[in-house]
Amino acid sequence: MTKKINLPITDEDIKNLKAGDSVLLTGKIITGRDAAHKRLLELLEQGKSLPVDLRGEVIYYVGPAPAKPGYAVGPAGPTSSYRMDKYTPALLDLGLRGMIGKGARSQEVIDSIVKNKAVYFAAIGGAAALIAKSIKQEELLCYEDLGTEAVRRYTVKDFPCVVAIDCEGNNVYNRND
Amino acid sequence: MDIRVINASEITAAVKKLFMDCNYFIGKDILDSLERARENESSPVAKSVLSQIIENDRIAAAEEIPICQDTGMAVLFVEYGDKVAVDGDFEGAVQQGVREAYEEGYLRKSVVSDPVFDRVNTRDNTPAIIHTKIISGDKIRITAGGKGFGSENMSAIKMLTPAYGAEGVKQFVLDTVKAAGPNPCPPIVVGVGIGGTFERAAQLAKKATFRSIDTRNPDERYAAMEDELLEKINEMGFGPAGLGGKTTALGVNIETSPTHIAGMPVAVNICCHAARHADVEI
Repeated sequence: MTKKINLPITDEDIKNLKAGDSVLLTGKIITGRDAAHKRLLELLEQGKSLPVDLRGEVIYYVGPAPAKPGYAVGPAGPTSSYRMDKYTPALLDLGLRGMIGKGARSQEVIDSIVKNKAVYFAAIGGAAALIAKSIKQEELLCYEDLGTEAVRRYTVKDFPCVVAIDCEGNNVYNRND
Repeated sequence: MDIRVINASEITAAVKKLFMDCNYFIGKDILDSLERARENESSPVAKSVLSQIIENDRIAAAEEIPICQDTGMAVLFVEYGDKVAVDGDFEGAVQQGVREAYEEGYLRKSVVSDPVFDRVNTRDNTPAIIHTKIISGDKIRITAGGKGFGSENMSAIKMLTPAYGAEGVKQFVLDTVKAAGPNPCPPIVVGVGIGGTFERAAQLAKKATFRSIDTRNPDERYAAMEDELLEKINEMGFGPAGLGGKTTALGVNIETSPTHIAGMPVAVNICCHAARHADVEI
């Protein structure tokens, strides 16, 4: 069964999501990957405020390809999440509620997901042309100089993903250990 | 001796087409294998993931847009005939072809100028990695691919010694695939390079990922090793997208080289299901 979630995601939504659930997300998400995470954490370490408010947000780890004329966005599949692990607990502590990426996370991230009652979704790696069909609009938020790694806001409709780690720490990848 | 002269612009045009084609059109070997895998899977999640990957590849080809947003670092294996002269700068012509493909083909520019300190995007996806071998003849053959780094990062090399034997080789390949787990966008293609020196093994492993998965190593001992490794990898259960299933890999390709009496280097280059490569003869 596929669960439909309207964003912003609520505490109730998160509580009801179980690892392995198929989900379609509709609403607004933000994007960010390696270079943007590094910058955000540098600002936090300097005690400065962030250029984007993460409270209540779901972040998508993506660096899209350029959009062809007539397309809202270019192909935009998930990138490997583990590279963001070093930065993730601090962002969850700031109020980030969800992440979309692909692949396994560190124990520190899993612990932080449980502590903050958050959720980690996995999208299908390498299904970028298909996933882009569910992204209807994009808007630049900050770090334009990072090109594909800039932070953007996406408006999505029925964005397909799977609950990979739920708020109780159940992990869809554990079966392979 | 007759020397055939090829204009540099011809090289540029051919390279540009290779990178656009390989990023839009998945190989028939991969697509057929994905379809067989979907038939073979019993879990609904695995079947669904494979259906979405097949649908993705169909959309990319029909609309001529990249299969994956990571359109890769450009890698080329060039076999350069010794009776060919390029009228102009060969290396420059190749880099220009890459530049034009990534700029005009709506491919992502994913290369940074300095690996550690600056990490500033070069904005045209150059420089490409070019492996050149001089062969006899008056042709230039190029095999090219865009290598995504989700899977590249999961690759490994080990300087095994002769006493490890075939079992040691197989164990290292399996250990590498197991450590990669769900991260490299399974179902994967595994390229294995055995022998040579440190760098030759790695180069062979990359070359192996550019070989069709419908082919087998011509030496039946290595062909058997390819089959055995594929079976063992698929018993690991990572499955499509790492969400569980029987299809963790679509193929294992082994390439070998003579090596030193003291050594048996083994390199494992992992490639995602978007195993992009294309060939041309000029």
